[in-house]
Amino acid sequence: MLTKSFCSNLLKPTMLALALGTVSGAAVQAQTITAVMHAPLRAVDPVISTAYILRNFGYMIYDTPLALDSAGTPQPQMASWEVSEDGKTYTFTLRDGLTFHDGAPVTAADVVASVTRWSKVDKTGQVMASLMTEMVAVDDKTWTMTFGEPTGIALIALSKPSGLAPFIMPASVAATPVSEPITSTIGSGPFKFVEADYRPGVSATFAKFEEYVPREEPSDGMAGGKVVKVDEVVWTTMPDPMTSLNALMSGEIDFLEQTPHDLLPVIEGNPDISTRQVKKQGSQNLVRMNHTLPPFDNPKYREAVLLALGQQPMLDAQVGAGSEYSQACAAVFGCGSIYNYDYRADDIMYAHPDKAKAILDEVGYDGTPILLMHATDLATLNPQGPVIAAQLRDAGFTVDMVSMDWASVVARRASKATLADGGWNMFSTTNVLPDVANPIGFIGVAAGGDSAWFGWPNVPEIEELRMAVAQTADVDQQIEYAKKIDELVIDNGVMVPMGELFNVNAYSSKLTGLVEAEAPVFWNVEKAE
Amino acid sequence: MLSFVVKRVLSAVPVLFMVAVIVFMVLRLSPGDPAVMIAGPNATSEQLADLRESMGLNRPLLEQLLIWLGDIGRGDFGTSLVSGKPVTELVMDRLWPTLALSTSTIILAVAVALPLGVIAAWQQGKWLDRLVMAGSVVGFSVPVFIIGYVMILIFARKLGWFPVQGYKPLSAGFGEFASRLVLPSIALSFPYIALIARIVRTNVIEVMGEDYIRTARAKGQTERGVMTEHALRNAAVPIVTIIGVSIAMLISGVVVTESVFNIPGLGRLVLEAVLARDYTVIQAVILLFSTIYVFINLSVDLLYGLFDPRIRY
Repeated sequence: MLTKSFCSNLLKPTMLALALGTVSGAAVQAQTITAVMHAPLRAVDPVISTAYILRNFGYMIYDTPLALDSAGTPQPQMASWEVSEDGKTYTFTLRDGLTFHDGAPVTAADVVASVTRWSKVDKTGQVMASLMTEMVAVDDKTWTMTFGEPTGIALIALSKPSGLAPFIMPASVAATPVSEPITSTIGSGPFKFVEADYRPGVSATFAKFEEYVPREEPSDGMAGGKVVKVDEVVWTTMPDPMTSLNALMSGEIDFLEQTPHDLLPVIEGNPDISTRQVKKQGSQNLVRMNHTLPPFDNPKYREAVLLALGQQPMLDAQVGAGSEYSQACAAVFGCGSIYNYDYRADDIMYAHPDKAKAILDEVGYDGTPILLMHATDLATLNPQGPVIAAQLRDAGFTVDMVSMDWASVVARRASKATLADGGWNMFSTTNVLPDVANPIGFIGVAAGGDSAWFGWPNVPEIEELRMAVAQTADVDQQIEYAKKIDELVIDNGVMVPMGELFNVNAYSSKLTGLVEAEAPVFWNVEKAE
Repeated sequence: MLSFVVKRVLSAVPVLFMVAVIVFMVLRLSPGDPAVMIAGPNATSEQLADLRESMGLNRPLLEQLLIWLGDIGRGDFGTSLVSGKPVTELVMDRLWPTLALSTSTIILAVAVALPLGVIAAWQQGKWLDRLVMAGSVVGFSVPVFIIGYVMILIFARKLGWFPVQGYKPLSAGFGEFASRLVLPSIALSFPYIALIARIVRTNVIEVMGEDYIRTARAKGQTERGVMTEHALRNAAVPIVTIIGVSIAMLISGVVVTESVFNIPGLGRLVLEAVLARDYTVIQAVILLFSTIYVFINLSVDLLYGLFDPRIRY
């Protein structure tokens, strides 16, 4: 009796409410895409931080002056351009109909202010700023950028698709110092940020910006018309990958930005779920050595590391043996880029412990431990440390692998102190391929000593070549320079490429029109009823 | 009674002060730098210095501590170093899902564990007792996330009775609210049912051997009356204690369940804050957990008097 009473009094109304909830939820969600992104959104300044979730956020609510098409060629987005005959002055003209989400028109002054703030932080922007003699807003629609020498850097910089992209915000917001994160979310992009629904670390809602005027060309990479075909996109965060996959299979979410490779068999063959491999959103593994501390202040030891390491064991540990979602690749700037180069491919891609041992014998390595920082809390990085340590030990190195969370790696890698005082010898990480395929902006090849990325390699020839890439508009010439940089990076042990991983999006089969681009974007996507 | 409560509340102040100082110092002395996390790898040392300055991290530790203590004394927990949102707003947003999950779990755990413990004690040494105790071993041993995955597979994916994940506030409707708490509450309740049932059994068995139980039986009291009016009441003090401890453990320890069922609660907030070195958020949540511990202990002490008239404050 008790059970029956319990069922009739409590369960029935609950199940009815559940059913009603489901029905009303389905009606509301007809034009809503619910997407589980790779990381929670906790801040809103896409210029101050290189966190990729902020780049993705930027593409939702902001627009960029130019954009790369699917072939990697800069195309007009907010603006078109003309180059002076001497190749030194670029004149950009904003297209008609551009307005910010608060209704104010987008002006050239907004662009100049935004690009100025961005170029204080972004590596490519910094190079552009160093070459630029003047950037001025001529009138509301036009601005010019003048350089001391003919250059193609303006187009490269203003169409930069990843890392820090040159998002355009109101001039009053862009006047904020880079030491102070902005809190405004007024952009002129195809979606508006719904402040009222923002829950940092939990969810963020983007509503279609009805006044947005897309370009007329079809969507092509980051370029072309950004036509929004749904009412809103809700980003949510799910810390557990199995839960997000279950939620996708049960229809509670529509899009999963990063599907763990080991869970892909769970959804294979499911007619309600589609997957796609997005090579442009892939990552390059890399190993970085500290050039300022022994033993890696000696190039012989760096060469021994290069020979000791092989790529396939690390890729296998990350995505599974024989997986189609990774590839060994010797190219410093990535195998999918126009700078693809197979310099010393055998040495880079395969482990040669005997050759490494011979070098260690030659230099008289005394067995002093190498301090390797191992990040344990990120799924992609966690397998790297043990694989690197094992390969180095095979070659005769003594390795002290120190496991810690990524935040601790980030803090410690900034230290130039000795090991006893909290320094380090080696760490590994990943960089997304769009950032890697950029000889000017890729932090992994910068070799300006103290101004370089952590590890602080000092190879002046590399810095000269990076500047040379920026100073020419000739793509063939840029490729030649990039190849020389590649050679110098490998021969000097600036970084060791450790192969490429490809991202897999999993999504409801109701979604069509997903754009193949350097970042996950939601324009052009349709959701069937 | 009132003076006891006042004394206990006042005695909590130095405890919370010590917690605040220890948490502050441990965070500042452990590796990690929120400015580096926010600015990313491209930031120059000048930009990092500016960012640290704007976040107040360049000041001497003691000055930072005093400023923070002064602020919390005024009820201002500051703003998140990462999101720039007021910490109070972030914590309150995450508090309700955790409270909802903890409350439903403890109600379920007590509702199931009390009768199971009593039955096991009543049937001591018999197959029912052994069954309950074997079940409690399973409840202790199987990790909550395994139970969670199995429940999701059966009740959400196969049968479709409940959503896989998420949390909806009561304002979204009781159905939406309750349906998302059923699976996580059941999954999370297993170890607490096991714990409370064992404590109930042990204490009831102990009380059942007392003279006043024999006296009650000699007076003709029924077995049911002996159990409910004499045994359970006298066994209540340790049971209330363990329930209180369980509530405190639940509120501060639901992070795994929150992750498996994607409930945006305090456990996840503090975990994310630790990974991002969001000092102000970590400090506020740890202080909140400590406050909850203090007040649950106080409540348990007050409840003792309710069950045992000999205890007076």
